[in-house]
Amino acid sequence: MSSIHPDKVTAERLAGLREAAHTPGRDEGPSLGDGSLVEDPAIRPPLVLSQRTHSEVTQIVCGYAEDPPPKWWFIAITISSTVAAVGTGMILYLIITGVGVWGLNNQVDWAWDITNFVFWIGIGHAGTLISAILCLLKQRWRTAVNRSAEAMTIFAVICAGIFPGIHVGRVWFAWMLFPIPNSNGIWPNFRSPLLWDVFAVSTYATVSLLFWYMGMIPDVATLRDRADRRLRLGVSKPFMVALPGGREVQLPLPKPDTLRAYIYGLMSLGWRFSSRHWHRYEAAYLVLAGISTPLVLSVHSIVSFDFATSILPGWHTTIVPPYFVAGAIFGGFAMVLFLLIPLRALLPNFKDLLTIRHIENMAKIILVTGMMVGFAYSMEFFIAWYSANKFEFEAFANNRVNPRVAPYWWAYWTMIGCNVLSPQVFWFKKVRQNPWAVWVVAIFVTVGMWFERFVIIVTSLHRAFLPGEWGMFYPTWVDILTFAGSCGIFLTLFLLFVKFLPVFAMAELKAVMPDADPHPHDDDHGEDH
Amino acid sequence: MPELPKIPSVSEMMALASDYMPFIPKPAPRYVSEAGKPVHGIIAQFSKTPAVVHAAERVRDAGYTKWDVMTPFPIHGMEESMGIKRTILPAIAAGAAITGVAGALAMQFFMNSDYNIVVQGKPFLAWEPFTPITFELGILVTAFTCLFGMLALNGLPRFHHPLFARDRFLSVSDDTFFICIEASDPNFDPARTRALLESVGAESIELVEDEDR
Repeated sequence: MSSIHPDKVTAERLAGLREAAHTPGRDEGPSLGDGSLVEDPAIRPPLVLSQRTHSEVTQIVCGYAEDPPPKWWFIAITISSTVAAVGTGMILYLIITGVGVWGLNNQVDWAWDITNFVFWIGIGHAGTLISAILCLLKQRWRTAVNRSAEAMTIFAVICAGIFPGIHVGRVWFAWMLFPIPNSNGIWPNFRSPLLWDVFAVSTYATVSLLFWYMGMIPDVATLRDRADRRLRLGVSKPFMVALPGGREVQLPLPKPDTLRAYIYGLMSLGWRFSSRHWHRYEAAYLVLAGISTPLVLSVHSIVSFDFATSILPGWHTTIVPPYFVAGAIFGGFAMVLFLLIPLRALLPNFKDLLTIRHIENMAKIILVTGMMVGFAYSMEFFIAWYSANKFEFEAFANNRVNPRVAPYWWAYWTMIGCNVLSPQVFWFKKVRQNPWAVWVVAIFVTVGMWFERFVIIVTSLHRAFLPGEWGMFYPTWVDILTFAGSCGIFLTLFLLFVKFLPVFAMAELKAVMPDADPHPHDDDHGEDH
Repeated sequence: MPELPKIPSVSEMMALASDYMPFIPKPAPRYVSEAGKPVHGIIAQFSKTPAVVHAAERVRDAGYTKWDVMTPFPIHGMEESMGIKRTILPAIAAGAAITGVAGALAMQFFMNSDYNIVVQGKPFLAWEPFTPITFELGILVTAFTCLFGMLALNGLPRFHHPLFARDRFLSVSDDTFFICIEASDPNFDPARTRALLESVGAESIELVEDEDR
């Protein structure tokens, strides 16, 4: 009952009970899309469409967490959790047997494991970028995407954390990565980039989790209050399970609303929407955004140090930190779009909160960061030639680019096609404003970013200084299923998030709606009438 | 001038502790309702943002100190309308950043001098390679301080509050605004406070009792 049927709004409008949707500048031409695209910079387009009230926003967002999940959700989570279980089985197999079950060999001793690690950690960068950097830049459109992007960040970092953890071989010694006092009196080597990586990734995971959780406190309190109110009114239903054949069976469990009131109640810590609390909350949020901004830039820089501080041709370049950061943002936004565009079509009223303008803005970010990545590819190649370092140039020309001598030429050109060429279609407004076209490009970019890491790691390693040691890398079925399993874990966690937590930052969305303006008639606040 | 946390009096600390520990007796209430329950305060309901902001300005000008405005989202400029001083939280966060940086440097200098690893003949105790971990740990400590400092200054977690007992109050998380003037305010007077809230345009006014006593 909690989500509003779009037809009800239309019916009310036709009956004259509701004002027709007036969006500024709607009569300016067909380029406005759903009404959120306004070319005139003096006009502030609406961030929430269909003239939703605050109460309707609460209904829509809480409805996703309270209503029984749709059929596609059950199908999707069945598939994704099966894949996740297979991946977990592969991890178990690896731990029992040893890293030899992967295709690693003496020459290529880092391959899919580290490729997957860098791939997932890169995807995690979009969430913190949206929540921190766009917050500091006062980009108010971020409020519609930040919660799901932050959730995606956490899940991607979880997937990323698996690979370095299990690739060490003897997993039961993984605690030695951390400076824990031990009877051998051994401390880690703080001059090693691999140890910097441990601290960077664990700090990033923790800070992202804190940021996500803090943003969610008021929204979880909303879910708590709604469950509490239904319990007090006596309209809560018992725990029912539908059987095939249309029958429903009551389970001997507490009512869902009782569970909600307790679990959401514990999570929201007794938040009571006090303005004195909001004041400190906003200060804390701003400081967190301020420290997360250098953090997000540092994490992938430090990941890139794993490569840049080595002497291997193809890794040993100073362009690697900024190039990795741009690539991370590029790949992360592609993943945000890959997840949100289907949700926009599948969940009711999602389109009113996540508009074409949001998609267009993210498409523009993909275009910009894609050009940065393309520039980095060409500059890397140019410096390899200009430095007159024979090994460096050979690593690029003969290991990657030239199809006649480089066995991995197809990986390199897949990367160029997906990362440099495919985003170029975003120069056209028609493509940027077509969600499914954006979705296809997002898939290309995600594939391309995986190949980028594969190219950097494997093509540099497979032919290092001594030709006698040269060798190829071939993935085993365990390699493939472990990577597929990490995708399953990621999607399972995201589907659970969509069902059980507020997908939009409700309090923040309400604060950027016109009704939230304390001085609606002052012209200097820029709201139009 | 940022808000400095005031040192609470003994009776205030006892009152706070009694919220968490049932064996500590609660202080005697200033006002008791007709039902014999202690009075927490009076809440007034509003449904429009400008109305609640103007009402808050009036309550502030009437000289109340123990009162609050509950809003579903942070309202821009509410600090001035309520006369809230800037929070000390950023200063605490700065202190945490310095602590994190100092702690990380101390840890690395100590551990690398306690256990020397020879790497390419490079010095054991150079500060340069310690930079990334120092930076990360500074951020980590600051982030924890931000969240938990915010909660501590707000007196959270606090799972029970007299306001939650009012059915009407639960709509604060949806789209309704409330002003609550507490009975512990020195200016509080049941009749005059109610009259003030009526005059500022409240849509409904209710007495909030402390239901659990």
